[in-house]
Amino acid sequence: MTDAGYDEWLDAVDDGEGYYLRCPEGHGSLPPRRVCPHCGSTDLGRESLPTTGTVETYTVCYVGGPDFEDEEPYATAIADFGDVRLTGVVRGVDPEDVAVGTVVEPTVGTNRTTGDDLLVLRAR
Amino acid sequence: MTGVRVAGVGLTQFGRQPERTGRDLFAEAALAAREESGVPSDDIEELNYGNFMGSLAERQGHQAPLMAEMVGLDCPATRYEEACASAGVAVREAVRSVRSGENDVVLAGGCERMTNLSTADVTEGLATAADELYEIRAGITFPGAYALMARAYFEQYGGDREDLAHVAVKNHDNALPNEYAQFHRAITVDEVLDAPMVSDPVGLLDACPVTDGASALVLVSDEYAADHDLDAPVSITGTGQGGDNLALQDREDLAVTPATERAATEAYADAGRDPDDVDVVEVHDCFTIAEVLALEGLGFYEAGEGIGAARRGETTATGERPVNLSGGLKAKGHPVGATGGSQVVEMTRLLRGDHPNSDHVEDATVGLTHNAGGTVASAVVHVLEVDR
Ligand SMILES: [Zn+2]
Repeated sequence: MTDAGYDEWLDAVDDGEGYYLRCPEGHGSLPPRRVCPHCGSTDLGRESLPTTGTVETYTVCYVGGPDFEDEEPYATAIADFGDVRLTGVVRGVDPEDVAVGTVVEPTVGTNRTTGDDLLVLRAR
Repeated sequence: MTGVRVAGVGLTQFGRQPERTGRDLFAEAALAAREESGVPSDDIEELNYGNFMGSLAERQGHQAPLMAEMVGLDCPATRYEEACASAGVAVREAVRSVRSGENDVVLAGGCERMTNLSTADVTEGLATAADELYEIRAGITFPGAYALMARAYFEQYGGDREDLAHVAVKNHDNALPNEYAQFHRAITVDEVLDAPMVSDPVGLLDACPVTDGASALVLVSDEYAADHDLDAPVSITGTGQGGDNLALQDREDLAVTPATERAATEAYADAGRDPDDVDVVEVHDCFTIAEVLALEGLGFYEAGEGIGAARRGETTATGERPVNLSGGLKAKGHPVGATGGSQVVEMTRLLRGDHPNSDHVEDATVGLTHNAGGTVASAVVHVLEVDR
């Protein structure tokens, strides 16, 4: 399956050139978007995604869906990257050692069950 | 604008009934509601039907006309899908259609068949209420999403798993006498804390079960009730709906649910009521943290204060404002597409005095129901009042 907008974004993250969308009011959002979800502006430009973010909240999932059965247990976190947040599987650290405040960088990994690309928040 | 009365209600047993089809479940609830109302089938002008994952669970889309057929109705039938708030929206649209004068009698409710699927497939099906690109692909499950909110809440306001365990204990106690409930088993705080972890900090006993079931209500205009001399003392006097970003990551604050606040503000204004007027509440407690977020969003507690409500005894059956006397989603069960309708059914019974827990609220005149979709990207609130 291809998903225009999202696939390009994930490829950019994989190349170390991650970006997000920003409206003139300064609201951040992620593609694909035609309007800013906060103010409705159609004037969206690309900004570079910061190279590191910090974990704002996380969970260690012991029971996942069929697409994640080979990952269990895995940590999923929402990390703060300034104008936007990203949700991703945390790797590079034992799932049970993830904490609020853990510094992560956005990368792309492989879902071990499906073989699909996956947004990974790699602990530094 | 006409008032809207609840003329009849119906529920199936909530629980594991994997062999029963959705059509059989909904027909049972709807026929019970029609029978109780005394309204002839020919007078039912529309069916508003809630369902979330029937296309996955039963390979059955286009369910609404099928359900009308199963109930013996010859009228327009529409399915409403808003994740776990599907039946809440179906009821709300029925209220709006009666108020508009377009219809005098509408059948509303919902159904979900879930236990015929494996745990993994149910988990995946429920997860589709989250953002496919940015959440599901990142391993988000339904318990996982609420775990993210619970941890954000703990970080921001404090509170712990033991506070949440009191919510589960309370709701299991409330379900004990409810004949429709999935669980009739009291649990202890220690059992909740010791249960296997599903998605930390959400444990198995912090989570609602997987459930099959259906709910139905016959809603009529004041004029129809009077003209047909119906015994219908409960009215729906307020309705509201609110929305929010689908993905958690796009919300300003991860420890509050503004969709609930928006729905409540609208419903209170509609009914001319405020939180202090409400005597009894049914909220969407799919996970223990969800009950806390709901009580704060509904204006019963300031942000950060709701977490201790069950522990302090304020929301127990004998507390000042009992919450989830039905047992809630936690112990009554959560057939997702039926839940919003079942909350209005339970509230109607509580206010009429024919619910097994009505004794706890015998002077209650105002009740409120709160039904949420996904991680509260949608919420529906109803205010119910009884003639005294
Ligand atoms: Zn904007």
